[in-house]
Amino acid sequence: MATQRVSGSQAVILSLLEEGVDTIFGYPGGAIMPIYDALYDFDQQVTHYLTRHEQGAIHAAEGYAKVTGKVGVCFATSGPGATNLITGLADAQIDSIPLVCITGQVASPLLGTDAFQESDVVGITMPVTKWNFQVTSADEIPEAIAKAFHIALTGRPGPVLLDIAKDAQFAQFDFEYKKCTKIRSYLPEYPIDPFQVKAAADLINEAKKPIVLFGHGVILGHAEAELKEFIEKTGIPAAWTLLGLSALPSDHPLNVGMLGMHGNYGPNIKTNEADVVISIGMRFDDRVTGKVAAYARQAKVIHLEIDPAEINKIIHADAPVLGNAKKSLRMLIDNVNSNFHSDWLAEFHACDKIEYDKVIFHDVYPKKVGLTMGEVVRIASEKTNNDAILVTDVGQQQMIASRYFKFHQSRSNVTSGGLGTMGYGVPAAMGAKIGQPDRVVFAMVGDGGFQMTIQELGTISQYEIGVKIIVLNNNFLGMVRQWQQLFFEKRYSFTEMKNPDFVGIAKAYGLASQKVTSRDQLETAIQEMLDHEGPYVLEVVVEQEDNVFPMIPTGASISDIILEP
Amino acid sequence: MKQEYIITVFSEDHIGLLSRITIIFTRRKINIDSLTVSESAIRGVFKFTIVIHETADRVQKVVGQLEKVVDVLKVFANTNDEMIYQELALYKVSTDLLFESDEVEKIVRRSGARILEVTREYVVIEKTGHSDETQLLFDELNVFGVTQFIRSGRVAITRSTIERLSVFLKERDALLEQVD
Repeated sequence: MATQRVSGSQAVILSLLEEGVDTIFGYPGGAIMPIYDALYDFDQQVTHYLTRHEQGAIHAAEGYAKVTGKVGVCFATSGPGATNLITGLADAQIDSIPLVCITGQVASPLLGTDAFQESDVVGITMPVTKWNFQVTSADEIPEAIAKAFHIALTGRPGPVLLDIAKDAQFAQFDFEYKKCTKIRSYLPEYPIDPFQVKAAADLINEAKKPIVLFGHGVILGHAEAELKEFIEKTGIPAAWTLLGLSALPSDHPLNVGMLGMHGNYGPNIKTNEADVVISIGMRFDDRVTGKVAAYARQAKVIHLEIDPAEINKIIHADAPVLGNAKKSLRMLIDNVNSNFHSDWLAEFHACDKIEYDKVIFHDVYPKKVGLTMGEVVRIASEKTNNDAILVTDVGQQQMIASRYFKFHQSRSNVTSGGLGTMGYGVPAAMGAKIGQPDRVVFAMVGDGGFQMTIQELGTISQYEIGVKIIVLNNNFLGMVRQWQQLFFEKRYSFTEMKNPDFVGIAKAYGLASQKVTSRDQLETAIQEMLDHEGPYVLEVVVEQEDNVFPMIPTGASISDIILEP
Repeated sequence: MKQEYIITVFSEDHIGLLSRITIIFTRRKINIDSLTVSESAIRGVFKFTIVIHETADRVQKVVGQLEKVVDVLKVFANTNDEMIYQELALYKVSTDLLFESDEVEKIVRRSGARILEVTREYVVIEKTGHSDETQLLFDELNVFGVTQFIRSGRVAITRSTIERLSVFLKERDALLEQVD
């Protein structure tokens, strides 16, 4: 490739184009103005979305990355612009979301002088990025961006931040772009060891009561087809973590539901009865394991995992298989015998029956007067033929939606798992809709989380991003209230909210909106929202003391999951 | 059971890496007892020698997290008996002490320390050894009065005949080829 004389700012945009970027979320400011000026000339190649807050930009980039499998890109200025990215970076770091964030920085001679809008962004973001780098000279830009994309997307993905000093943005240099494919100190994934595969296959072939626990790694590794083939060949029931949701169709006969604190009854108690646990691309989060000392002690554990630091971190792996799940599952499929476990699977069905009668039926077909979150989720899912993208915020609506929304396609569930970031839902849904414009994208949010990033309605309005926002309003911080009810003697300390007129706010932003307070309006309202071209805000007033069950109380074993208070 | 471990981190020569490494300890509230950074025998590869007091399990997990740092090449953790290690200590005492009695001189000779510099006012004594040895000398000298004392971070090398990192770098090259 021939070199061309460009400014550092032009080099930023040209480098992003080389990486196939066509979508950027961001917010300008002093120290990143040269980059925004360069961007002005590329409006045919790149669409930039001006959010209303940098947190909105980074969550949008996360939502975009999750549904597309591409790297999400966002821009922010120095100082407060950059610090507003921190929550999103921490979220992406713990949930392994590939992002490249570019922040402007004060000119390099001013570094360390407490210049206007200077903050030590590289220092602040170190614990919440997979890699970060400060650029102080224009000619470092192409290589830094190439490395950033390589690191963000390969291996266990994660967020990367480049902090570019303003003088480097202005300086002219000879631009040449070379993609990064190798870094000596960074091995994205290990080649699969056939002996590890054999050891795992031997355990699986001998197993009488095996269970598969799959997580985000299946989606990140594009291993959905291999997962399906593996469980179908071996007849093993498969349960998912919150971030594994949608990797396997909801109606698959071997899909036995969700793990963890508010997961399904069967997969939780059966994990403690299984003889072999095959965990695939998941990291035994405390919300999944409950009390670790009482978790799957009876089972031999097989752990397919790309990140060596995850193996034996929480649960000892009797048969670790290090590497990309797509490749290890392929090798595993070739080494396991065809099998079925109908009696064992029937035990899950028996649990499902119990849970359906005690919990699910009352959640999704309630008889009580007040609306439940469960019925809203059920109807939203049904009305889109279980084929929409679901974006949730954090709290009760997140758990309820994850439990009752149904999926056909992978990469259809977008949620903040590890960090539990309230305010994530609306901006992440914007990014998801931009990434998958032809699919219905629901943002299922509570009244609390909605108000943390409610300003993004401005972005949605400006760019007519057709997200369907459902605000499940109980005028409470519902999950905290539920815990206060169950574990703090109903001392509802600062969880009740006086909310604004959400429909009025939506309308003020120029968005279609309505409010539903009773069951007879609900189906029609959801249908109207779906029939409406473009964005829509539907407020559904739900019952105040609606709780999420089943539940594994903190510190309890998964075997002690409770179905009712 | 907690015991002393020597963690050796081999890394590329990049600004900010020291922070990236130390925050991994900070996050787990592990105190770094000693830290030494220098270039290794391989040009451009830096070596952090970090001493902590921890359980084997926690050490193993920290090593895993350290190896995830993109610019880190390889991390080793060893117990003290697996390595040869030294620390250097400097002691400053008043020159008058040496004239008043021959005790200080005896202590210095016995401990294998050496005198680095003598001025009219003070004498600087240097001793290399394990921390209990340099501490013992301090305690003995301090009976007479030590006016300044400093001990370096630990430096350590393995007992094996080969440089661990060169083996690693060869293997890494092969692995990087394989995953393409």
